[in-house]
Amino acid sequence: MIRPDAELLLDINDLHASVEDQPILKGVNLQVRAGEIHAVMGRNGSGKSTLSKVLAGHPAYRVTAGSVRYRGSDLFELEPEERARLGVFLGFQYPVEIPGVSNLEFLRVAANARRSKQGLEELDTFDFEDHVQEKLQVVQMDPAFLERSVNEGFSGGEKKRNEILQMALLDPVVAILDETDSGLDIDALRIVAGGVNQLATPENATLLITHYQRLLDEITPDYVHVMAAGRILRTGGRDLALELEKTGYDWVDKELVAQGVA
Amino acid sequence: MASAELATVQEHGRAALERLGLPTRRQEAWRLTDLKRLEALARLPLSSAVGSSALPPAAAGVLRLVLDGQSDPLDGVALPDGMSVLSTAELEQVLGHTLDRCGCAGSWPVELNHASARQVLALRVRGVTHPLELVFTGSAGLTATRVLLLVEEKASLDLLQVLQSDVASAHSHVLEVHLGQEAQFRHGLLATADGQPSLMALLAVEQEPRSRYAFTSVVQGWNLARVEPRVVQVDGQATTELKGLAVSQADQQLATHTAVRFDGPEGELDQLQKCLAGGRSHAIFNGAIQVPRDAQRTNAAQLSRNLLLSERARVDTKPELEIVADDVRCAHGATVSQLQEDELFYLQSRGIAAADAAALLLRGACQEVIEHLPAAAEAWGPLERVMTGLSQ
Repeated sequence: MIRPDAELLLDINDLHASVEDQPILKGVNLQVRAGEIHAVMGRNGSGKSTLSKVLAGHPAYRVTAGSVRYRGSDLFELEPEERARLGVFLGFQYPVEIPGVSNLEFLRVAANARRSKQGLEELDTFDFEDHVQEKLQVVQMDPAFLERSVNEGFSGGEKKRNEILQMALLDPVVAILDETDSGLDIDALRIVAGGVNQLATPENATLLITHYQRLLDEITPDYVHVMAAGRILRTGGRDLALELEKTGYDWVDKELVAQGVA
Repeated sequence: MASAELATVQEHGRAALERLGLPTRRQEAWRLTDLKRLEALARLPLSSAVGSSALPPAAAGVLRLVLDGQSDPLDGVALPDGMSVLSTAELEQVLGHTLDRCGCAGSWPVELNHASARQVLALRVRGVTHPLELVFTGSAGLTATRVLLLVEEKASLDLLQVLQSDVASAHSHVLEVHLGQEAQFRHGLLATADGQPSLMALLAVEQEPRSRYAFTSVVQGWNLARVEPRVVQVDGQATTELKGLAVSQADQQLATHTAVRFDGPEGELDQLQKCLAGGRSHAIFNGAIQVPRDAQRTNAAQLSRNLLLSERARVDTKPELEIVADDVRCAHGATVSQLQEDELFYLQSRGIAAADAAALLLRGACQEVIEHLPAAAEAWGPLERVMTGLSQ
């Protein structure tokens, strides 16, 4: 939902970032307002996953220039955990397995960290169990997964559902979903997409990082951005994704050559 | 068995210690051991006191016996159905048999125990009986305890051993267990200390076919500890599961030396050893697996996973596979690492502060082994004990 007067949640300006001294992002500009759903598409290596990790604060990525303001304040002044508590959520492409840590306990600690920042009451074990049961329905997840270790032995689809469950519990302001559709069959994709749709409100925003158009059959974006060589090459509406589906990314190379980048 | 009957064993033990002298670095099994500490341990006078410490109430249905090396642990205890004491004649026949089969008779830790132990707790287990808990609390000096269990055919036993000490002391422990055919033995060792005491524990288990042995050890906080689980599957066809956790801090040295031998075909082993080493501590793991010619179709897997929690901590890990049989599956692997950046970041990205995330990961790493302890362990708060060690 595009409302020009909605709150500017994320304001990315000329963002440059490197990993191991290798420049990946080379001047990203993007503005995300409340109520909007953005899709960031691009080939492997275009920098779209790096963008998501830089926004969440992964220590392996170094910001070399530019700025990101989150609801008016400098995002890079905040530790990753502080960003999360303030409502920045990253859904991982490859959620990490943590043997020995119960999923339920992990979810409770995470949810309480966010709740205390929101001025909500922290939930004890019993209250949290009720709370989480309700959220499980968002992704039609079997409660048995709460008793297991975090992501350990989960299938690809189960891991992604667990990510969306965390999103439901953390009630983010800006959710960045990094290739949440990868490795999902069509049924799992529909469940995950259904979860994301249920959680989208006029107050929050979603950034979908994806390689394929098929996720966008389930979640309708307000904007589609195509990334290449560490920048956003083109921005359009939903039609841009459909066009990409037809033409592929070949035109990207031509445009990069035309711009003297490649 | 009381002092009188053990006199011969003691005499032999003392003579053997004289003959053996202290282990040296030239002996492969002792190459990494802090010998100064071993010498200090050997010089301690025999303890004449009884260690005291408030014990948590035993879990419901658990038979708790307190071993102090001095008094009779069975004094005033009514053994439950299925558990009985071995007669002196029976004991004379079987004492030392499993040590022999496991190839550790005559080793220094065994002779130290022989020379010092004043009594043997020897029990026979039939059918399914109550879980057993053996508790030892250290007192100044050297205390030796010795236990022998005969778990008969098709019998089932849960045993939790708790060894704890918070005084400058040393504990020598030798356990012999014979598992009859189709016997089930779930065995936990929770050995925690406050950094001063030393521990030499040798646990020898002999398995008849189709028996199942599941052992979980959790060792933390000893100045010097050497825990040696030795298992032999006498005719193969048995199942052995070994899970170990050693958590070392400060300048502690914790060593785990396991040996599993398959003296017959179709045996199975599943082994996981974890060490978490902080401070300037040193964790050692040596995992021997012997698969002789007769042990065809053995299926063994050993994994050693180690976490270095400080720059000055040290981990030595060595799998030792001797495989002669040709139709076997033996997998082994070892990793040494620090806490993974990606795991920490995942937790941080969910609002969990870096220090809390690290603590959560360490708890998880410990819990992965601790959760396999027998149910009786819960009363002792094993995770809290281990984590206390880490936050020192």
